[in-house]
Amino acid sequence: MRVNAEYAGREYPPNAAYEVGREKLREFAQAVGAAHPAHTDPEAARALGYPDVIAPPTFAVVVAQRAEAQLLEDPDAGIDFSRVVHADERFTHHRPIHAGDRLVTVLHVDSITERAGLAMVTTRAEIAADDGAPVATVISTLAVRGEGS
Amino acid sequence: MTSDRPTLVRLSVGDEVVRREITVDRARLVRYAGASGDFNPIHWNERVAVEVGLPGVIAHGMWTMGAVSSVVADWAGDPGAVVDYQVRFTRPVAVPDPGSATIEVVATVGVVDVSAGTVRLDLTATCDGVRILGKAQAVVRL
Repeated sequence: MRVNAEYAGREYPPNAAYEVGREKLREFAQAVGAAHPAHTDPEAARALGYPDVIAPPTFAVVVAQRAEAQLLEDPDAGIDFSRVVHADERFTHHRPIHAGDRLVTVLHVDSITERAGLAMVTTRAEIAADDGAPVATVISTLAVRGEGS
Repeated sequence: MTSDRPTLVRLSVGDEVVRREITVDRARLVRYAGASGDFNPIHWNERVAVEVGLPGVIAHGMWTMGAVSSVVADWAGDPGAVVDYQVRFTRPVAVPDPGSATIEVVATVGVVDVSAGTVRLDLTATCDGVRILGKAQAVVRL
């Protein structure tokens, strides 16, 4: 099955809100070895000017991947996950994610290109607070090997 | 904690600001799978990893990216100061059992932008002498 290039340029409607909890941020921080107390101690986070404990920089992937699932789990998109390699990833933070956020994501399929038996699929997850203020932009490129390569 | 944060005026392009080793074992990958929701079996199941042509269980690229960002955040003194962060995944990190893999992280100053109040750190991450990340850059607001 080939990746469906007609999905390039697609924009999905806003998804259901992701509710960010303190314990989830603590769990994620511990998993990536993020030892700064601003991830675990609300007082330490407030001392830096944040309303509550903040997420490590790559936590936004957890939020983004829920939106990315709309594409990856769509059989018509033709993305066989057993043939996928993560090629690159970029986070732009308009502000840190913090506990108590309700985050809504709009997924864009920025490009789908094919070369040398590889389909490169680039998505952009625009993550915003529930009042519409931008929080983070997550750009992810997957390399999908074609049949027989 | 804020008092010992680095300051822009004391940084010059080419300065090495951090060098640290981080280790990863299978238990760490299971923990990351649970915390992130990425349950791809190539990160915890040797049989599946070998079946798809890998040398064995490999670390999540996003775990590596996250662990490297923790090194940057510790240096910055404020994890929320990491305003932009990108990597290219160039080589997988094989995680043995028993034992662990060791990743060496080095951060050097790539750009100092005084008007924006930011520094770009250029990061290298190597495992057994092989670079596992390419074009790894973190922009930190100081």
